[in-house]
Amino acid sequence: MTSAPTNDIEFRSVTKRYGAVTAVSDINLAVPKGAFVALLGPSGCGKTTCLRMIGGFEQPSEGEVLIAGNVANGVPAYRRPVNMVFQQYALFPHFDVTQNVAYGLKQLRPKLPAAEISRRVGEALEMVRLSGFAKRRIHEMSGGQQQRVALARALVNKPSVLLLDEPLAALDKKLRSAMQIELQTLQRDLGITFVLVTHDQEEALSMSDLVCVMSAGSIRQLATPQEVYDRPADLFVADFVGKTNRLDGVLEAGGAVRLRNGSALASSRSDLAPGAVTVALRPEAIRLSRRSDAAAFEGIVTHRIFLGSAAEYSVSIEGLGDLLVTAERHSQSENDLVAPGERVAISFDPGTAHIFPA
Amino acid sequence: MPLTMTTKRRLVTTALLAPASVWLFVFLVLPFIAMVVFSVGERGPAGGYQPAFTLAQYANLPARAAAYWNTLMLAPVGAFLCLIVAYPTAYYLAVKAPPRYRLLLVSLVVVPFWTSLLVRTYAWMYILGSRGIPNLLDMIGIADVRLLNTSGAVLLGIVYGYLPLMIMPIYVSLEKLDRRLLEASADLGAKPVSTFFSVTLPLSLPGVMTGVALVTILLLGEYLIPQLLGGGKVFFIGNALVDLFLQSRNWPFGSAIAVTLVAVVVVVLMVAMRIAWRISGTRQVDLV
Repeated sequence: MTSAPTNDIEFRSVTKRYGAVTAVSDINLAVPKGAFVALLGPSGCGKTTCLRMIGGFEQPSEGEVLIAGNVANGVPAYRRPVNMVFQQYALFPHFDVTQNVAYGLKQLRPKLPAAEISRRVGEALEMVRLSGFAKRRIHEMSGGQQQRVALARALVNKPSVLLLDEPLAALDKKLRSAMQIELQTLQRDLGITFVLVTHDQEEALSMSDLVCVMSAGSIRQLATPQEVYDRPADLFVADFVGKTNRLDGVLEAGGAVRLRNGSALASSRSDLAPGAVTVALRPEAIRLSRRSDAAAFEGIVTHRIFLGSAAEYSVSIEGLGDLLVTAERHSQSENDLVAPGERVAISFDPGTAHIFPA
Repeated sequence: MPLTMTTKRRLVTTALLAPASVWLFVFLVLPFIAMVVFSVGERGPAGGYQPAFTLAQYANLPARAAAYWNTLMLAPVGAFLCLIVAYPTAYYLAVKAPPRYRLLLVSLVVVPFWTSLLVRTYAWMYILGSRGIPNLLDMIGIADVRLLNTSGAVLLGIVYGYLPLMIMPIYVSLEKLDRRLLEASADLGAKPVSTFFSVTLPLSLPGVMTGVALVTILLLGEYLIPQLLGGGKVFFIGNALVDLFLQSRNWPFGSAIAVTLVAVVVVVLMVAMRIAWRISGTRQVDLV
């Protein structure tokens, strides 16, 4: 016996190739026991391939995948202590809800007594609040209910890791936010490691303890949601997670960044060599005002998108181009909104600007 | 008064359905009515039909019990043998075959249809006849093997001739089977054999039932294969009908046999569909 592993999932230099195409290249990743990890990235970034390698539906071309401390390479899916909630659920259409949920239990050897199976199916259905639906056919259920059946079916065998492949993608917005809370609660209560694959950054940020941002087959950043948002590791992460304004500039020897309109910005990074850089600035880090005070830049509002509690403005700044600015509303009056065509002054705290090599 | 949209649509629908409806009425419904009428009539003095109302022809059915027995035994057995050969083939084509070659392999299944069944069955007559396999066996010392004009030869011909009709519907149902269901089954701990019997087979059952029903129904009316490979020894209802209508000119008796055959086909079809629906849990009719 090995000592109790602290990581439920571990990738050691994992590469996956399909013919000439490299889907995942040299990934190292450790998912601590009981964590809720989101693999986040655009389609084709390799996140689903990673999930499928954990599930046992793909084998790595190089490197090792460890589950609960044991190398899982070559172990077929049906022998792995992980279960998956598939995209669009993959529920068995010829079974009713009970038969779907009982499927995993019926595969156990030695066989479980029928009473035990029906007791555990009942528990699982209760957990996802579907107790009254035991005899329903799958096609008689709504998307949200099917989602819960898929959850119950995957959790009934008490896996050590639950894999979720874009589980909320097929649901409407309201249901999605309700399920986000539900999934989070479920994960806390069960203490099972959850690995979620999503292309929706909001989903990743709101549910998980750790976000693993991926692009082109490699990991760009693995950190808490707050860290990923506040301190993106590179320009890709800054761009992909949340909205970002990108300003071209040149890092000078003195440590200041000179923007294209000639203004200078103190750099927070001492590790960069002088040269071309890109400054990333969150829309909500920019202040917008009608008064022309000691503002950094002046510009004209060209477009406004009303969001209810806030408004998103496109501000055209001479010599810099268009900046996206999000401004919270503090009162429910027209005065709180700036109209397109108005001249405004914008300013920001240099500390909120992230500087990356261009 | 201008036509409303709904009326126009109805007219279009009617116009589009008219050719098929007229065709079916003239060539299926009318002949069937004629056949039912004939079947309760009497044979004319010089053969043919003479109006009457009697169930004598039906009472006489046992006289052709051998043809019924051969048909009702060999048709399902033939369909079953087709299934045994067709399922693994269809499974390979739909699931295992490299996608690049799939289309080529599937078209190979249909290629035999480019040659007339008559010609191909003649070929089997020679292969199974005394100058074929028995001749070869004789050369290595196994004498007096008779293959032609046996039930075995008829079954072989049936499997050979009807295999593509069985492979196709099964292939279609396996091909549209969602692969993620198989992954979900494995994910939940089911070994491949278990996955096959709990997921793959039940979900391909509509295709299996379509194939079985199709082949069985066609076999119930089969004439050519028993004629050529069964000789005069293994004959089907189809052969009996040709005999009665063309040789004995006993139309009423032939009609009674034909009507009974249609009744059997309808029952077979209904039972098969019921079973398929029950197991697959859907109401889709998967006729190829």
